[in-house]
Amino acid sequence: MVRYIMRRVFYMLITLFIIATFSFFLMKLMPGSPLSAEDKLSEEQKQIVLEKYGLDEPVPVQYIKYLGGLVQGDLGISFHFDNTPVSKILMDRLGPSLQLGAQSLIFGSLLGILLGLVAAVFHNGALDYTSTIVAVLGTSIPSFVFAGLLQWVFAVELGWFPVALWGSFEHTVLPTIALMIYPMATAARFTRTEMIEVMGSNYITTARAKGLKESEIVFKHGLRNSLIPLITVMGPMAVGLMTGTLVIEQIFAVPGIGEQFVTSIMINDYPTIMGTTLLFSIMFVVIILIIDLLYVVIDPRIRLTGGES
Amino acid sequence: MSKLLEVKDLKVSFNTFNGEVQAVRGVSFDLNKGETIAIVGESGSGKSVTSNAIMQLLPKPHGYVKGGEILFEGEDLVKKSTSEMRKIRGKDISMVFQDPMTSLNPTMKIGTQIMEGLIKHQKMSKEHAKKRAIELLDLVGIPQPEVRMKQYPHQFSGGMRQRVVVAISLACNPKILIADEPTTALDVTIQAQILELMKDIQKKTESAIIFITHDLGVVANVADRVAVMYAGKVVEIGTTDDIFYNPKHPYTWGLLGSMPTLDSAEEELFAIPGSPPDMTNPPQGDAFAARNKFALEIDKVMEPPMFKVSDTHYAATWLLHEDAPKIEPPASVQLRMQGFANTGNKVGDQ
Ligand SMILES: Nc1ncnc2c1ncn2[C@@H]1O[C@H](COP(=O)(O)OP(=O)(O)O)[C@@H](O)[C@H]1O
Ligand SMILES: [Mg+2]
Repeated sequence: MVRYIMRRVFYMLITLFIIATFSFFLMKLMPGSPLSAEDKLSEEQKQIVLEKYGLDEPVPVQYIKYLGGLVQGDLGISFHFDNTPVSKILMDRLGPSLQLGAQSLIFGSLLGILLGLVAAVFHNGALDYTSTIVAVLGTSIPSFVFAGLLQWVFAVELGWFPVALWGSFEHTVLPTIALMIYPMATAARFTRTEMIEVMGSNYITTARAKGLKESEIVFKHGLRNSLIPLITVMGPMAVGLMTGTLVIEQIFAVPGIGEQFVTSIMINDYPTIMGTTLLFSIMFVVIILIIDLLYVVIDPRIRLTGGES
Repeated sequence: MSKLLEVKDLKVSFNTFNGEVQAVRGVSFDLNKGETIAIVGESGSGKSVTSNAIMQLLPKPHGYVKGGEILFEGEDLVKKSTSEMRKIRGKDISMVFQDPMTSLNPTMKIGTQIMEGLIKHQKMSKEHAKKRAIELLDLVGIPQPEVRMKQYPHQFSGGMRQRVVVAISLACNPKILIADEPTTALDVTIQAQILELMKDIQKKTESAIIFITHDLGVVANVADRVAVMYAGKVVEIGTTDDIFYNPKHPYTWGLLGSMPTLDSAEEELFAIPGSPPDMTNPPQGDAFAARNKFALEIDKVMEPPMFKVSDTHYAATWLLHEDAPKIEPPASVQLRMQGFANTGNKVGDQ
């Protein structure tokens, strides 16, 4: 297990290196420069600015310096926010996004699994139809519609939660709910389909023939086996949620990283763009590793290659 | 001998989009303590449905018992509530299924799967159940039971998995063990081993066994009595000797005739032509008539009742009626019957 993880981390580093290289050269190829908007600067002034950010040096030298900085956790200095290191900007913005993402992922999948389970157990009953409708609505209605609805009902009309902004846990409730609808609906759909299939399989009949209660059969024998495919869909979704959703962050005025990313792109803040790309990549590969490890925990048939399990 | 199980005129149907499938249409047989009865018949004749009805494990709600009784120690299982039935399943009556590759939970340790029933029915502590599970694995011939307990099904071969399934079914010393084609999915050498195991276990535990198979070759070796099923009915029932030495129903002749024997290479096999009828619309008269070259006119109109051949032997064919022409089994079948008689009960070894 340890050897397997070490090997995976090694590959992750290679992946990240490639991504860093790509994003660096892509930035170099982009039309426009951080200075293009500020035509009022004289040539001399521009030269000073370029020197300050090391942009006057040849591209290969810039690249080596950039990599050297990365190794030390230095993502460069933002063009926009004077003298602020990119890593600080990201860290400040990451917190709210991560919290919202984690909350919506955890509550969304738990609730979704529960819904799907109920639907499968009462297959073709009223509860099944209800949960199917919830799932369809949840996957087809965009989250900003829910966001607006939630704000209006629970903040404006009822006044239970703040309309927007960031600060206390209460501030996180409505954006979390708005964000969790989609993962919940997806989890519900997958769990239902899988669970129905699993409950028709032979080993469930074996369990019934043992005289076990239906609830024991569902939870001990059915659930675990139906969760396996769910992990595959929830993984990428987790990344999407953790890296912040621009729309939701805008609506609730959450100082998250999604909003930050868009701003950086609009103002050609290259170091911040590259830093954010790299951060998203890191989260992505880490989550993929976690998913693969989860598989091993849930499904004993999956063997780790290259390490003793 | 006391009757452990009496199935009386059992009728089971399924509601499907094409209408009612009459899978079992009046099956009767009984089972004594410690006895092995084999239920034989082509695929689709209603063997599994019969055994699932006994376990009350028919797929709800579209599968249901339409009539008849299943008396276990005098009590009708059809009338039992779900929770009463749960106390019987796995404890008094247990089951071994056909496909060992899919009948174990892939994500649960073998040991846990065996211990479940013990903890449930016998209220054993975990420690005690563990000890008993190791004993059971040992009983069914799995080496290194302590190690194997902690493994998952995919770490076992097909034959070994079936041994595990047998261990699960034996956990609570059931009075009846239903084995639904327990060897069909296994290759020939493993089949023989599992059969040996079942016989061995029967000696040790004195459970009664309902052994379901479509292969008469397996039967002579394990069964005391045989019930031959066709199109949802028992068409002939008798002791193993009755069925092998003195078969009366043309369908039984067909089954015997299509059994390969040692020197069957040159011999002509007496195969049954055609295929079983559609159970949504069972034919009028004798369901086997269309495939039976000995069929009489009356077969097309009226169902034959069970005729008594001897105290132990009954068959549902008009050929046994006193007015029917005297018809002997075809030559190839007679040859086999003689062969069985000469070698003694050794049919299954072939
Ligand atoms: N769940 C079901 N729904 C509808 N028909 C079924 C179902 N299970 C079995 N049948 C029908 O019942 C008949 C007997 O099946 P079965 O008992 O499985 O035969 P076998 O003798 O091969 O075990 C078949 O015609 C089959 O199509
Ligand atoms: Mg069957």
